[in-house]
Amino acid sequence: MDVSQYLDIFLDETKEHLQNLNTQVLELEQDSENMDTVNEIFRAAHSLKGMAGTMGYKRMQNLTHDMENVFSEVRTGTIKVNANMIDVLFQCLDALEAYLAAIQETADEGDNDNEPLIKELNKILETKEDPNAKKEEAKEAESKDVKEEAISWTQIEFKPEEHKNLDAARSANKKIYGVSVKVQDSCLLKAARAFLVFKAVEETGEIIAANPSIQEIEDEHFGSEFALIVASEAELDTIIKAIESVSEIAGAKGAIYEETEESKANAASDIAASVAPAKNEVVKKEENAAPATKPSEKKAGTKPQVNRTVRVDIEKLDVLMNLVSELIIAKNSLVSSATNSENNTTFNEQIEYLESVTTNLHESVMKVRMVPIESVVNKFPRMIRDISKKLNKQMELYMTGEETELDRTVVDEIGDPLMHLLRNSADHGLESAEVRIARGKPEVGSIFLDAYQDGNNVVIEVRDDGNGIDTEVVKNKAIERGLITEEQASVMEDDEIINMLFLPSFSTAKKVSDVSGRGVGLDVVKSKIEALSGEVEVKTRLGEGSTFIIRLPLTLAIIQALMVVVGGEKYAISLGGIQTIEDITAEDIKTVQSKEVIHLRGTVIPLIRLDQILDVESTHNPEENMVVVIVKKGDKLAGLIVDELIGQQEIVIKSMGKYINKCKFISGATILGDGEIALILDANALI
Amino acid sequence: MSNEISTKVNEISQFIVIYIGEEQYGIDIRYIDNIVRMQQITRVPKVPNYLKGVINIRGEVIPVMSLRLKMELDEDEITKDTRIIILKLNQHEPIGLIVDSVKEVVNINMSEVEKVTFDTKDDRTSYVQGIAKQNEDLISLLDLGTVLQE
Repeated sequence: MDVSQYLDIFLDETKEHLQNLNTQVLELEQDSENMDTVNEIFRAAHSLKGMAGTMGYKRMQNLTHDMENVFSEVRTGTIKVNANMIDVLFQCLDALEAYLAAIQETADEGDNDNEPLIKELNKILETKEDPNAKKEEAKEAESKDVKEEAISWTQIEFKPEEHKNLDAARSANKKIYGVSVKVQDSCLLKAARAFLVFKAVEETGEIIAANPSIQEIEDEHFGSEFALIVASEAELDTIIKAIESVSEIAGAKGAIYEETEESKANAASDIAASVAPAKNEVVKKEENAAPATKPSEKKAGTKPQVNRTVRVDIEKLDVLMNLVSELIIAKNSLVSSATNSENNTTFNEQIEYLESVTTNLHESVMKVRMVPIESVVNKFPRMIRDISKKLNKQMELYMTGEETELDRTVVDEIGDPLMHLLRNSADHGLESAEVRIARGKPEVGSIFLDAYQDGNNVVIEVRDDGNGIDTEVVKNKAIERGLITEEQASVMEDDEIINMLFLPSFSTAKKVSDVSGRGVGLDVVKSKIEALSGEVEVKTRLGEGSTFIIRLPLTLAIIQALMVVVGGEKYAISLGGIQTIEDITAEDIKTVQSKEVIHLRGTVIPLIRLDQILDVESTHNPEENMVVVIVKKGDKLAGLIVDELIGQQEIVIKSMGKYINKCKFISGATILGDGEIALILDANALI
Repeated sequence: MSNEISTKVNEISQFIVIYIGEEQYGIDIRYIDNIVRMQQITRVPKVPNYLKGVINIRGEVIPVMSLRLKMELDEDEITKDTRIIILKLNQHEPIGLIVDSVKEVVNINMSEVEKVTFDTKDDRTSYVQGIAKQNEDLISLLDLGTVLQE
């Protein structure tokens, strides 16, 4: 049976479950009595087991099965959660992630049986009290439990309508049989086999009831046996033969069904109990609905590489649907008025309507691509916990703004750089406990991760209250490496020194540890972020801490821009960064430190002559006033001198390709209404 | 029978023959997306001189390179025969090459292509992967990989 087509889905869902498990186990560590968390973990482990089993990954299945056992005991209260169990659980999660990584590489889970881990899990199981009595409760308490049980059709309890069907069948003089079906142990897709059994039976009869319920059989929530009550006019043997002819069925046996007193009584109590199964089914339906809303944009490829799927809210899709319909209507009205060239005013109105619809449509599509960074940052608390243990430093991670949304592609790439910055803060930034106490700081170090929107950008700050960056240490290291000389070092500004940290192979760690020190970090961080058209900035205070600020554009393919002319060439400047546009005379320009500036309403703003930057001849008449566009980035301002202004326009950003985009301040090109190309200036890169 | 794909065996590839000055060059047709007439090229600042700028092809912004300048010859002379050949290699984004004129499509037997034997110090020769004979003419087959290298 070929399950490789499901590999993508398997990887996606398993990753999600593992992520969920990580978060939940962390929560469990904080609050070991929380039954909701325990249930969540049990469910996730159970799903994982099911999926691993379906795909044929026996080792994963075994490991999750043992985890599930432990959890089943925790749920019934026979085992208490303790630090040792949490550690073992985390190790199990790591082992599962290792399996998953192996599967992603080679479509095989590898050879690691993780024997020691399984032993640990079993040891925990042995600490439970009063096994027998509790086991019974566990069996009854959980209808989704997949433990091996002999399921007999005598135990089937009828729901009210099933009872009606039973009576109807009896009055139609059909024979009622109870049948137990056993599926082969080696069978992988038990639900499929069960379905075939149902089909076989329904050729000659009707299934009145089943144990577990039909829904549960279809969801594969049964061990290797299930039971049916069948009403049929055929002989029992025919039915048994039909069932046994389905492959991978180990056997079936049955007998005439006698409705006993017990089952009648059960039927009554069942009405009350049927509320519970119904709730379970609702929960199951919700779980099924969530993956269904995933419109997967899968890239055709043999090895599933990066996850290219987005989870989208149905509401967003509805909005999108509506807007597309409006677009079609707008198009239709344009078509009709084009043939109908009488009325010019309605034509203009329709064009305006089209404009507003397309703008809305664009916004909606962008929203669909946006994903909250939560999906990336939620694995950080676990990481900090691990580092905290490894380095023997107490630290806490405080995160805000996890709901801040970024484009899906950006979110994928931002994870690694952020992880590295956090590691840096933990390893280099935060001091050891003694130093902290000596400095009057709380023993537990704090790392803050804040995300928020600022104009057209998303800003992510990684802040720690540790030591800060010691420029002396950096300087000495740079001199030691021969990157700069002593004299150069003495005239360098502090921020220039700090920027050297971003050079390749730079590391001030005394020894290479597992966490950091290999010097491959900060320059990779910087280049990754710059690849996303973002930037990194560092602010530090010796003794107090450092802050790394990452700025990323909200990748909008369509922006509002100001069109300008420089040297006869048209350029676009994103409106988001523009503060004001000023008219200045030649005399207003002053010189400070051999750089041109103007004094505007109390602030000194440096000037940038765009004609010089862009290597063109300015067509500007020196007698006249100059047009200066004041742009802002964070708290820095600059004035861009242009030849003339054209106006404001909504433009589509087109990439020029890496081949020709060598300019740091040209972020792309756009095609104007007349087919002409205008280059887009990135004001941020100029400041 | 061996299943190896060898370029020595009679493999016929199609090439488009273009003129740069008096010389004929061949471009493998598999990588050619489009051939357009010469049009307004928008300059892009701060790029090497052989990158002339970008053009607009049906809503796509495509960079354009002057093959002459890349091969360190003189500047292009734009005539009514000048064409821009839009190439699309696998890993690269599309790029256009300015050529003096386009002649024809030829079928070339790869086993009859002679390897270049100029001295390797001359950069220009590495752009050519071989020389083919077509009737009386010599066609230098361009190695697009090196031509499009940075």
